[in-house]
Amino acid sequence: MNGRKSFGGGGGRGRPAAGATKEGGQRRPMFRRRKVCKFCADKIDDINYKDVKVIGPFVPERGKILPRRISGTCAMHQRKLQTAIKRARQIALIPYVTD
Amino acid sequence: MARRYELIYIVSPDATDDQVSDLHNQVEAIMQRMGGALEKTENWGRRRLAYEIGRHKEGTYVLEVINGTGELMKEIDRRLKVTDLVIRHLAVRVDEEQQVVERSRTRRTETSRRRRVARGLPPDRQPGEGQRGESEEERDDRFEGLPEMER
Repeated sequence: MNGRKSFGGGGGRGRPAAGATKEGGQRRPMFRRRKVCKFCADKIDDINYKDVKVIGPFVPERGKILPRRISGTCAMHQRKLQTAIKRARQIALIPYVTD
Repeated sequence: MARRYELIYIVSPDATDDQVSDLHNQVEAIMQRMGGALEKTENWGRRRLAYEIGRHKEGTYVLEVINGTGELMKEIDRRLKVTDLVIRHLAVRVDEEQQVVERSRTRRTETSRRRRVARGLPPDRQPGEGQRGESEEERDDRFEGLPEMER
């Protein structure tokens, strides 16, 4: 019909109404989970490059570091995570690239 | 002021246990000569490497926590570089980081205690207290249904 996909009659931006269209628009997912920094929530102060278990989920298959906008990590912990991942890569605990 | 370092080195998988412990003794000898102290040592055993390092796919990881000076670490670094048996090593200074962590941890427990006392509760958390379901392992679906990234 119209050019945009309609969200239960609400223009699109902001919170999509519950029970709105299936599959959502291309612009926003239907429900946005509130993202919480995992390290703040679990009170992990030091992100150690030696425990792959902690770092692992933040390194997807490709081997790149998961961006903050997706993981929801806070700025401070993302910085610490970054150094930890880079160190772990140096001693071959985590790959630099995988294809 | 002595600093604390963490040293990790990966020994070639062809090395025997004797050679690994020999290497450890070498490091310790340098430490003793230059006035360092060994805090702790761990042998992680043989592990798969995340990527190949010079044809090797496995390696024996050894971790040493050392109290010493920068000079000492420089010497150890030099020695490990020329040792062919060591395929990779990494030394990281950890004392400053540990202090910061320590400080933030004590600060957090203190504030939580203070607030609990202000609310008329015992300073430490009692068993069975807290929100229901908190201890339950909440499923971590944060990484599911992501917009497909450049994979």
